[in-house]
Amino acid sequence: MRKITIYILTFFFAVTIDWAIPRFMPGDPVSVLLSRFATLPNVAEHLHSYFIQSFGLDKPLWEQYLSFWKALLHGDLGVSIYYYPKPVAEIIKSALPYDIALLVPSIVLSWIVGNWLGALAGKSKKIDSFLMPVFYFLTASPYFWFAIVLAYFFGVKLDWFPVSGAYSYGIMPSLSWAFIKDFLHHWTLPFLSLFLVQLGGWAIGMRNMIIYEVEADYARYLEALGSSEKLILKHAFRNAMLPQVTGLALQLGLIVAGALTTEVVFSYPGIGYVLMQGILNQDYFLIQGCFLMIILNVLVANFVIDILYVVIDPRVKYSYTGGE
Amino acid sequence: MKKLLGALIALVVFANVLSSAGYVSAKELPRDETLYVGGGLWSQPNNFNPLTPWAAVTGTIGLLYETLFIYDPLNDKLEPWLAESGQWISDNTYEIKLRPNLKWQDGKPLTAEDVKFTFEIAKENGGVGWSQIWGWLSQVKVVDDRTVQFIFSKPHYEEWKYWIYNVPIIPEHIWKNIKDPISYPNTDNPVGSGMYKLYKTDQMRAIWVRNDDWWGIKVFGKPAPKYIVYVIVYSNNVALSMLVKGDLDWSNFFIPGVPDVKSTYKIVTWYDKKPYHLSANTAFLFLNTQKEPLNNPEFRRALAYAIDPKEIAARAEQNQVLPADPIGLPPLPVFEKIKAKDLEEKYGWKYDPEKAMQILDSLGFKDTNGDGYREFPDGKPMKFEIIVPYGWTDWMEMIRIISDQLGAVGIRVEPKFPDYSKYWEDLTKGEFDMAINNFGSQVYATPWQWFNWVLYPNVTPVGKPSYSGNWGRYKNDNVTKLLELINTEKDKNKKLQYYKELQEIMLKDVPAIPIIYNGAWFEASPAHWTNWPTEKNPYAYPISWNNYWQMGGLKVLLHIKPVKSATSSTGTTSTASGTTGTSKTTPTTSSSKKGGGICGPAAIVGLAVVPLLLRRKKG
Repeated sequence: MRKITIYILTFFFAVTIDWAIPRFMPGDPVSVLLSRFATLPNVAEHLHSYFIQSFGLDKPLWEQYLSFWKALLHGDLGVSIYYYPKPVAEIIKSALPYDIALLVPSIVLSWIVGNWLGALAGKSKKIDSFLMPVFYFLTASPYFWFAIVLAYFFGVKLDWFPVSGAYSYGIMPSLSWAFIKDFLHHWTLPFLSLFLVQLGGWAIGMRNMIIYEVEADYARYLEALGSSEKLILKHAFRNAMLPQVTGLALQLGLIVAGALTTEVVFSYPGIGYVLMQGILNQDYFLIQGCFLMIILNVLVANFVIDILYVVIDPRVKYSYTGGE
Repeated sequence: MKKLLGALIALVVFANVLSSAGYVSAKELPRDETLYVGGGLWSQPNNFNPLTPWAAVTGTIGLLYETLFIYDPLNDKLEPWLAESGQWISDNTYEIKLRPNLKWQDGKPLTAEDVKFTFEIAKENGGVGWSQIWGWLSQVKVVDDRTVQFIFSKPHYEEWKYWIYNVPIIPEHIWKNIKDPISYPNTDNPVGSGMYKLYKTDQMRAIWVRNDDWWGIKVFGKPAPKYIVYVIVYSNNVALSMLVKGDLDWSNFFIPGVPDVKSTYKIVTWYDKKPYHLSANTAFLFLNTQKEPLNNPEFRRALAYAIDPKEIAARAEQNQVLPADPIGLPPLPVFEKIKAKDLEEKYGWKYDPEKAMQILDSLGFKDTNGDGYREFPDGKPMKFEIIVPYGWTDWMEMIRIISDQLGAVGIRVEPKFPDYSKYWEDLTKGEFDMAINNFGSQVYATPWQWFNWVLYPNVTPVGKPSYSGNWGRYKNDNVTKLLELINTEKDKNKKLQYYKELQEIMLKDVPAIPIIYNGAWFEASPAHWTNWPTEKNPYAYPISWNNYWQMGGLKVLLHIKPVKSATSSTGTTSTASGTTGTSKTTPTTSSSKKGGGICGPAAIVGLAVVPLLLRRKKG
């Protein structure tokens, strides 16, 4: 119960901040938009005042804030200024599949592969000395930088993969094999850039945990009993998994930042990319909508992990139920 | 666990290997009937509403909705399009006769009633692009099916010239049923009268398909491309690599390195030699005339002497543009007709740092503390900032050069690169010292519009935004009067005289310093389409930006021809698949490396600044 209250409070404050931040940016979104359209002088002035009114930007802030909550509770995120007159909810809906296609495989696969490689490194000194520098290199690379490096070598130098967009300009989205191939072709580099950077972090975490667990008392006890190495590792692996699950939850929050820069580098039309455009054009409603999505993602991810934890680790359940 | 993992990895690897082989051959637009165009689309295409031209996708006006006239800047001529003719039948009445047999894409006839409706919808809805006409238009009268009369309360002859080639005529039978016409996105099967229909859109492009039932086929012939794919490209360097690979047929980007790639890849530009491009507008250095000492015309004149536009054109724009002369009117017929060359001789300036220093000395701005920079006459230090938006690389270079040149005569100027929105805010509020801008100095059917932007009379005080030009907030009652007179005067000779007086004021008072004539960027690939307009074949002004389709883009579509023979069989699969390269044997053939070799370093630089280049300046 306490947990749920915390979630609600977090949501309230996060959304309030989300509302406030774009409004304290300098500048005026409508005028920025109209500036792109060179037309007769005094037409711009006329349109500007019209649209300030129709977006409700001339009202006092508290009134804008109230109407924002009211609309939000009705599921209405407003109309984007930059993509006028498309509703923000629709923009997000059309961008979301690209995020899912990119993020879910990269998080899940990097977690699986990272843990596996980390465990390998943890139990073998030889593999360890070879893999660790690679892991450190990967995890220390900023997503943005790593994406550019990949784009340069595989996209520009070798010309194996395209470096922008989600599919070719000349092909129609369909369920045909050709389209799927084209899509995967464009998807590979952004995916790799996220996958590899995350992989390093998982592997290091796993490797350290395995070493710690293998040195732990219960492992020594098992060893003394003459258990096979395999059995010890199995137990160690299980114990080492727990912090990694927590890590996964945290990572789900952090990955948003990674996806943002990756999508910007590859012009990949997900939410990160849309958000970037919103910020550059001071599109209050679009920025709010995107952040709202991110806030919800993080909260939901944490919530799910909270529940999962209870299932995985009996001790947590014990602490919740107060030891009855 | 391990098995699952292995299977997953295998699947990913398998999929990637397959896709990296680069063979894409399914539902694609036929390459030899498709025209790939870029340079005027900077966000997802999702507004085809002609009432909001400031937000509509390029081509909405022109391809889909048509105007009464089109304007040809190469010959300074308004040419009939939907209208057959148009003239002033009295001092306050303009009569238009429509062509016979016009029809909408749904087969219904286009009549005078539609024209009337198009104008009146702007009276009822304040946010329509041309609502403001109703300040001086009193009535639109339908005489018969093909004749419309515009009756003005106060005819603005010059302004009207702009609207007759910019107001898109919309079908009454559709728009009268739309409740909130201004926020209507008009994306589902929009009906216009134009040569193309909307086919499909997604995050990266808008696709148009030819309207084979277009009324104009009998008059103008049939446009050659069956499909037009208008693509979003965020970086000029990506545009370059697409162009040399033949993935982009018609490019309206500023492309660095055009002189180098032109010979290797047979890229078509307007001129074969420098400056390569036609002029599109004037980039001015605006000086804040509300600030000491920039409020002094003599001081501004000194700055004008100290700046060398030739060096700026050469270094910042690789000589792809022309340096501006002191009046700043772009070298196009509409402006040349009114240009007062004699006045320019008399009052103009040339790059002459000695002369600049002389003037500054005589005004009392001297370097009294010996730091190499001049101070105010009372010894106060003097320092200026000059701004352009971050990421606009050629302009960034421009203000670096300007600050060097001004530094050479002892004026301390620091180049600053705020984000676009901050730049725009400072510019419109008048909170800057010096700034480069060109937005409204474009080619129009009337020079009045150009002057009305540079010298816009109704600016607000510093700190309050004003959106219509004259960023330096230069004030002069004579200018206000002259602009009003030109707009409302019918007599040609009197107008010419007024234009002359305006130019004299500009030369004497230096309200802003013209720097360069920004290019009408045009690069075309001859790989799939030929007969592009050039200096030797000047049939159209080849720009596809918003607002420019009716200034030449439409004519380009009517004139280009497909290069069928060479590409029909193999070209389709490889070129359409973007950067997969033109490989037939291995994924990395020489042909793709050729592109990579030249634009590799360029593209990586491009990628590094992608977030900052998300949108390039217009023109």
